[in-house]
Amino acid sequence: MPVMTYLDAIRQGIWEEMERDPSVFLLGEDIGAYGGAFKVTAGMLEKFGAERVIDTPISESAIVGAAVGAALMGMRPVAEMQFMDFISCGFDQIVNMAAKIHYRWGAKVPLVIRGPAGAGVHGGPFHSQSNEMWFVHTPGLKVVVPATAYDAKGLIKAAIRDDNPVLYFEHKFLYRRIKDDVPEEDYTVAIGQARIAREGSDLTLITYGAMVWAALEAADTLAKEGVSVEVVDLRSLLPYDEQTVLASVRKTNKVLLLHEDTRTGGMAGELAALIAETSFEDLDGPIVRVTAPDTPVPFSPPLEEYFLPNAQKVAEAARKLAAY
Amino acid sequence: MPTNVIMPQMGESVAEGTVTKWLKKVGDRVERDEPLFEISTDKVDAEIPSPASGTLAKILVKESETVEVNTVVAVIDGEGAAAAAAPPAAPAKAAKPAAGPEVAAAVTAPPKPEAAPPVTPAPGGRAAAPPSAGEKVRSSPLVRRIAREHNVDVAQIPGTGQGGRVSKKDILAYLAQAGPSRAAVPVSDVERKRAPAPAAPRMVFSGPTETVAMTPMRRQIAEHMAVSKRTSAHVTTVFEIEMSKVVEMRERSAAEFERRNGLKLTYTPFFFRAAVEAIKEFPILNSSVEGTNIVYRRDVNVGVAVALETGLIVPVIKNADEKNFLGIARAVEDLAGRARTKRLSVEEVQGGTFTLTNPGVFGSLFGTPIIHQPQVAILGVGAIEKRAVIRHDAIAIRPMVYLALTFDHRIIDGAVADQFMGRIKSVLENWDEPVL
Repeated sequence: MPVMTYLDAIRQGIWEEMERDPSVFLLGEDIGAYGGAFKVTAGMLEKFGAERVIDTPISESAIVGAAVGAALMGMRPVAEMQFMDFISCGFDQIVNMAAKIHYRWGAKVPLVIRGPAGAGVHGGPFHSQSNEMWFVHTPGLKVVVPATAYDAKGLIKAAIRDDNPVLYFEHKFLYRRIKDDVPEEDYTVAIGQARIAREGSDLTLITYGAMVWAALEAADTLAKEGVSVEVVDLRSLLPYDEQTVLASVRKTNKVLLLHEDTRTGGMAGELAALIAETSFEDLDGPIVRVTAPDTPVPFSPPLEEYFLPNAQKVAEAARKLAAY
Repeated sequence: MPTNVIMPQMGESVAEGTVTKWLKKVGDRVERDEPLFEISTDKVDAEIPSPASGTLAKILVKESETVEVNTVVAVIDGEGAAAAAAPPAAPAKAAKPAAGPEVAAAVTAPPKPEAAPPVTPAPGGRAAAPPSAGEKVRSSPLVRRIAREHNVDVAQIPGTGQGGRVSKKDILAYLAQAGPSRAAVPVSDVERKRAPAPAAPRMVFSGPTETVAMTPMRRQIAEHMAVSKRTSAHVTTVFEIEMSKVVEMRERSAAEFERRNGLKLTYTPFFFRAAVEAIKEFPILNSSVEGTNIVYRRDVNVGVAVALETGLIVPVIKNADEKNFLGIARAVEDLAGRARTKRLSVEEVQGGTFTLTNPGVFGSLFGTPIIHQPQVAILGVGAIEKRAVIRHDAIAIRPMVYLALTFDHRIIDGAVADQFMGRIKSVLENWDEPVL
């Protein structure tokens, strides 16, 4: 099984879907001749031609609007946001058009909007946000956040094949830092299914995206201290996998929720509510959150480091919770 | 302006109280200092006055519910400016006539949040013994569920979590230690294996039952009685005493006594006086045991057991040896009356050195009372009744009474106890103190 980077896995997934289904096409800023700001679409213009790999003007509203229209006409567009931060310019097309169409008319909107999100690369406040929750709060959308190369490929393929609008959040910090085994054969990762990234018995650490790696590192540290941590990688935020989450909570009885996104209104709050509502009597300790604070992502590298959760911060919180 | 009514702190060590009765309904008009509700705590039962005038807007704690001190139990909607302007001056004065100064502090300001528990684990990471009864046991929803499913008392489980919290690990270890058949065995069985003190025997009930939680007062009585029985070497000696002189004195003076003093002349002050006389001669009856020391107590503070519908309370007459007959009669009347209307303060039930109890009022010939710790003796008075007795080799009819003295044989020998009783007998049979 070839080992490949997270970025190459996304690229390969798109490539394979382009080959498999002629209705799949790409549009975005500088994705053709330049191959995309991060080179996710490198080589695609040459391979699939200018009709299927379309460089657009700098207008996210136009990109998403065109993609919605194409999807309604039976195409399967994959729109790139150069940075997920810029998605706000296309917000109305996403939340008021793409998300509502099926409910209004029963029509399919097989649309993927993908792009790099997240911090850790000193990108400053406009190139580092984790803004997935804007869309998790919008019924009618699906939101996926892969953490591994395997899932990056499996989820992009599943997103392209899905008949609903799917927002696919890539973590730019992982692009070339993460490498793992990616099968050559065709496979998908089902949207809405979490994965147990590491089995454990003393507490459950639920997270997604780049923080999965911080969680695993913290779990290693705690294992040496005799605390067995189970790590749940959500993979999909909307819909999210209640069953896997709750099964793990009922197994370990203590929960730590982790995300890179800011605290208030984050995914951790949603999960905490779910767990408290359904599994109160399974809890042996408070539901604990580790998140970024409620500020924009700072540009200054020391401040950014302070802002972001990391393995040390997670281990510290997990240690306290384990001892509770 | 709404005023919060809170559960008052009745004594330093009291952490919770039970609302036994609401004297007003929601919507009722209530005046400041008017009795609003009755409470029962570990130390005392009391009637709590309203902190403000207005309308009882909300009752937040139902009757027979137990809450922590400072919990808001009701809300009174005031009468606007007048009610809002009144409070600053008065709280201490306001509560005093009803229930003593301790209540006063409690009825004013909104409750303060309790101090946060320390977050760092105890040194060494291990907590001490399980908290004593009444203290709140910290656990978790999971632990409480497991405890319920296995019918165990969380308070029995040593907690190793933060601040002695009982965690999943602790309860699972406890269950594992108790053996595989644990689930089917009632709690008391496990306690017997673990606890040094003997536990109640395992109960097997057949037929329908009704389970009623003990009131705080009942729990306290239960604990005191059992502790006393374990602490002292109880021996009871019974004397039969002729009451002719006392009865004659009482009958002769009753009407005038009541006219002069506004008090009924009962037999209690006679026994009281006799006991105090005897204590003066045998001070060991007025002592306590402290380790290997006998502590003689200079004050003679005699408690009088008063039966209530819901239990028993022992108000104390301080410095009883310094009071004359009338003073004692008044004090008994006053304390017993206030005990029955739940208007005693904490100090009034503390500090006793000897106790008098009177099962005779219910027809008992004599009882074998249990010592009120840390005292060493208690005198029980039976019913006074006419009996056939031998006088000068002839059968005579005389008013007679049995007095039973329970004493702590650790420090009081039978001879001393009987001499003490002999002295009481002599005082009563030769009564010559005028009561008017």
